[in-house]
Amino acid sequence: MSAPVVIVGAAMGGLRTAEALRRAGYAGALTVIGDEVHAPYNRPPLSKDVLSTVVSHEAVAFPARAATADVDWMLGTRVTSVDLDAHTIVTDDGTVLPWRALVIATGLRPRRLQLPPIAGRHSVRTLDDAMALRGELVPGARVVLAGSGFIGCEVAATARKLGCEVTVVSPSVEPIVRPLGRLLATELRRRHEAHGVSFRLGRTIAQLDGGNRLDEVVLDDGEILPADVLVEAIGSDCNTGWLASTDLDLRDGVLADPAMRAISIDGRVRDDVYVVGDIARFPNLMFDDVPRRVEHWNIPTDTGKRAGSVLGAWLADDGTYAEVAAQRFTPMPAFWSNQFEVSLQAYGLPGLADPDGIRILAGDIAAEVIVGYFRGERLVAVVGLGLKAALLPYREQIAAGVG
Amino acid sequence: MIKIQVDMALCQHYGQCVFEAPNVFHLNDDDKLEYLAEADDSERDNVEAAVDVCPMQAIRIVE
Repeated sequence: MSAPVVIVGAAMGGLRTAEALRRAGYAGALTVIGDEVHAPYNRPPLSKDVLSTVVSHEAVAFPARAATADVDWMLGTRVTSVDLDAHTIVTDDGTVLPWRALVIATGLRPRRLQLPPIAGRHSVRTLDDAMALRGELVPGARVVLAGSGFIGCEVAATARKLGCEVTVVSPSVEPIVRPLGRLLATELRRRHEAHGVSFRLGRTIAQLDGGNRLDEVVLDDGEILPADVLVEAIGSDCNTGWLASTDLDLRDGVLADPAMRAISIDGRVRDDVYVVGDIARFPNLMFDDVPRRVEHWNIPTDTGKRAGSVLGAWLADDGTYAEVAAQRFTPMPAFWSNQFEVSLQAYGLPGLADPDGIRILAGDIAAEVIVGYFRGERLVAVVGLGLKAALLPYREQIAAGVG
Repeated sequence: MIKIQVDMALCQHYGQCVFEAPNVFHLNDDDKLEYLAEADDSERDNVEAAVDVCPMQAIRIVE
């Protein structure tokens, strides 16, 4: 019997890859290894609805499908290293496992402030993180958010709805300004402030004070914020440590081609190693041939399906592999956010827009609006606050590559 | 036939499903989701894809 296909990472990307492999006809052994003890679950609700109600695995678990019923799930297991020549991995209990093909889906971990540990510090990436935070978001709790990106602003809104006193601290000039640009960022801050969220922009956190647990957050300008809870949402780092001894290109995540095949530092494409999810740096020919990592929710699903389909064809060895791998793969980046009454939806890559390429396409910035992001004449992204049905035709424009 | 359920308490009307299964899901002019509770077996793959892309994970195929 041949060695199994091993998928390292048991979140959404790993799950969708496993399903796609079965759909592509691979019926052999399949092992999915994840460091969390939970079966795959949906992360976005952890900073939104779920955080404001009951946080449980049941509330966010992906439904299991019959096609993957015979997958060997090794949960609560971390892979510590891999040997691409010997085709083995080593897990944290020292077990050496062989593989026939390897899928890298280990994702990201939250970056943390470089400050001493103290009770009351939190991050929000995993279900366990959200469970730990949920109990602390009680009415009247003084909550400081480090970071003003999507997760920071979502947690801020959720904590405010739960009756907490909320202050967002960020070195940025506006919240969410890097992904959205100044126009929408200023409006989102206005809406947060209208709901009683305070901002300290252009500031960083210098010190944490307290005895047994956090009591004060000290900013770089000396201001002292009374605080019971600190939530750190200052970005993420790629979980590539276990790949350090390989010759894969790890300059930002793991480099892959549009078939999601891993590429080594000398440019060689591996037929037996695939990269899936927000750890994958790959070119999306919808925009250009520059490989990028994309931390949007749809990417693990789209890249997982793609990797499963290409790897399935390689394993089948029926002459279809070259054709499947050459198929055009241009997933539409898409993301969503709920903050108070704001329902934000985005397609494309707003970060590609020219500095002066951001303008209102429809609606009213103070109410419901559609904002377009242009590179030259070309629409590269669109963001809507409300106006969901009106947003859909712009999605087609982005996909078609027209202005 | 396949039977489709959308948990309307979860649904945020994002319309991702509309792209995957346009014969089954539709956003009306009020930005609200409308869908067919039953569809032909030929729609199964499209509806499975719609299940995958729903950010709220609100769609189920009832077996």
